[in-house]
Amino acid sequence: MAMTGFQKKLMIGLFIMALLSPLGIVLPEKFHSEDAWGEWGLDKIGKMLGYVPAGMKKISDLWKAPVPDYNFGGEGASLTTQIISYIASGILGIAVIGAIVYVLSRFLIKNRHGNEP
Amino acid sequence: MHIPDGYLSPQTYIPLFGVSVAAWSIALKKVKAELSSKQVPYMAMAAAFSFLIQMFNIPIPGGTTGHAVGAGIIAILLGPWTAVIAVSVVLIIQAIVFGDGGITAIGANCFNMAIVMPFVSYWTFKLLKGRAESGLRANIAAFFSGYMGLSIAAVVTAFEFGIQPIIAQGPDGRALYAPYPLSIALPAMAIEHMALFSIVEGAVTVMLLKYFLKNEHDLVYAIKKG
Repeated sequence: MAMTGFQKKLMIGLFIMALLSPLGIVLPEKFHSEDAWGEWGLDKIGKMLGYVPAGMKKISDLWKAPVPDYNFGGEGASLTTQIISYIASGILGIAVIGAIVYVLSRFLIKNRHGNEP
Repeated sequence: MHIPDGYLSPQTYIPLFGVSVAAWSIALKKVKAELSSKQVPYMAMAAAFSFLIQMFNIPIPGGTTGHAVGAGIIAILLGPWTAVIAVSVVLIIQAIVFGDGGITAIGANCFNMAIVMPFVSYWTFKLLKGRAESGLRANIAAFFSGYMGLSIAAVVTAFEFGIQPIIAQGPDGRALYAPYPLSIALPAMAIEHMALFSIVEGAVTVMLLKYFLKNEHDLVYAIKKG
């Protein structure tokens, strides 16, 4: 599929965003900002409340994400590892999401034309 | 604003799954009927954009973090139903691959950020812009489109958090899921968004709308549709 000049510019813009994305972890660190409201881990909520809600404890670990927190280095990874992971996650994410949406929308359009006389 | 697993009771996340599935099926029909081949690459890039903008966590010094979502500008450029699909794909991949937002909360997170947000943004834009197609009035409309979309989404999310201690308690009276009541959740979520994150969302919406009006004027759904 041939892209227009404008679409190429947008694509470049997306890659630049992916490269700059580590600002999203470096700035909160610099300003001593913590988790988003309502997105605390079990440890943190235990400290805040003095207990971990029973239902929460049961389902909080239901799913083991392959790349938790956009970090390939696991807990305790250095900031450098986190930054590289974050950029890699950004590129992985846009590739997977872009491909799914592209294929899905192509499929929808193709099906429609298939039904037209 | 990504609700993790364990924060919502089943009596909250199951109905919200139902609402989201219903919205997805309508959205797929609408997109199938309306989408043009020309819009396809834009839809894919819009979803990629929403994913990336959410990676930019904005710090409140010494406080929490938050981020823009991009659902408003996608609704303006490609239509609200297209935004439903694009942002839902983002949220589902975030949950499955990156553990950002819970698996059980996919329906709730999609309801908040991929359904409520694009429609609030879209109708705010239409209402405020009147007949303007560009210029100051369209820019103001775009700003409040992003601003209101994210703020209302945050309030709806806070409502889901805040009703948990009322509807789900253990025999000891302790919360089973999200522990903070509406009186804490609503102001916390509303204030941080209205004071900072939604302003960023509004600014991003204005800048991108201006950029598209300049370069690809005929694409802009909310203006094409009157």
